[in-house]
Amino acid sequence: MTKTQEMAYEITVGEVMSTTIFTIRPDQTMADLSLLLRDNRISGTPVVENGKLVGMVSMADLVNALGNNEINAFVRDKMTRTVECLYSDELLVHCLAKFSKYRFRRYPVLDHNEQLVGILTKGNVVEGLLKKLEIEYTQTESKVNEDDQRPAMSQLFQDVIADEISFCLKYYVEGQTLKSAGKAASELKNALKKLGVTAPTLRRIGVATYEAEINLASYTTGGEILAQIDKGWIIVQAIDNGPGIPDVERAMQPGYSTAPDWVRELGFGAGMGLVNMRKCSDEMNLTSSVPEGTRLTMKFYFTS
Amino acid sequence: MKLSDLVKEFGLEVKTGSGHLDREATSGYVSDLLSDVLAHADEGTLWVTLHIHQNIVAVASHKDLSGIILVQGRQPEKDTIAKAEEEGIPVMVSGLSAFELVGRLYKAGIRGAEAH
Repeated sequence: MTKTQEMAYEITVGEVMSTTIFTIRPDQTMADLSLLLRDNRISGTPVVENGKLVGMVSMADLVNALGNNEINAFVRDKMTRTVECLYSDELLVHCLAKFSKYRFRRYPVLDHNEQLVGILTKGNVVEGLLKKLEIEYTQTESKVNEDDQRPAMSQLFQDVIADEISFCLKYYVEGQTLKSAGKAASELKNALKKLGVTAPTLRRIGVATYEAEINLASYTTGGEILAQIDKGWIIVQAIDNGPGIPDVERAMQPGYSTAPDWVRELGFGAGMGLVNMRKCSDEMNLTSSVPEGTRLTMKFYFTS
Repeated sequence: MKLSDLVKEFGLEVKTGSGHLDREATSGYVSDLLSDVLAHADEGTLWVTLHIHQNIVAVASHKDLSGIILVQGRQPEKDTIAKAEEEGIPVMVSGLSAFELVGRLYKAGIRGAEAH
């Protein structure tokens, strides 16, 4: 089921209908109708007599009347009497079914006292769905209230009492081969997703960790990715056992690379990895000694 | 434009992710440097490349790309297909060269991912 179909089960007709209603009486003429439609830029309207809905009349009826030279005919003789109504507390999914069954363009909406309270067109439905989509999108992408959106993690930090809480996830990375490179980053990403970390932060952590993992796999004899998860941030470290970077400052330059051919053939080694990591993380630190090894530390704040 | 429309219009061979072709290609990016794609592609971007190894799936997955098109009729490796199916990433193959394919995608209304 698509997201939009799902939402059709959550939204009521009353939420999306338009409540500005123009009506016409059955004893008015088609000429009156033409003015009403023109002045209010609408293409049809309910016909109401003594507060009661008795029919619907539309632009199509007006055109027919014009063609037959019946512009002064009464609305009651030209309107459609069989009216399909909706109720304001009905779900959209029901009215969508009605839309495809009856093919009318607009449906009067009644409350349970049979009083006319609104009009629903396909346009209203589309607009309503778009608005709802926009709200949901803002909620998932918003960084401001990220704390509210990490239910699993917030719960953990709430339930477990300690002066400081943090926990670690560790992944081992094989060196000198790109065969399974990317596994650690994708497992970390999935774990964080389960903990409730939301899309924008998750993407930043995923990309930066992936680049770090590619470096471990390309240049070292192997190492580990260590993620320390705290209440407000996560620190990802890539630690290896050598051979170390002789000139760290140079390694940080965009475009500088010592990648061997087999790495370049796979599309890596363009000298952009560390640049990407710096861009994705909030803080980054790289220390290295030859031949002991390298430690890369990246910090990501959950609210940034 | 939806991936399924592109498949129809350009006769792409769908190798994986046939269940995800209702995704919208919100922009396009062509590059054979994976870090470049990681840096410059956006969520929903359609990626054109000649790489066929499984690392392209990881890149697509980390950046939430809409799909990957391999050019010059290059067939994805077996590991690539397995991983792409697992991650739900559509991998499609075009017989055209990157230049020709991108030209046509542009003409069909797809624009480059915003440089940033």
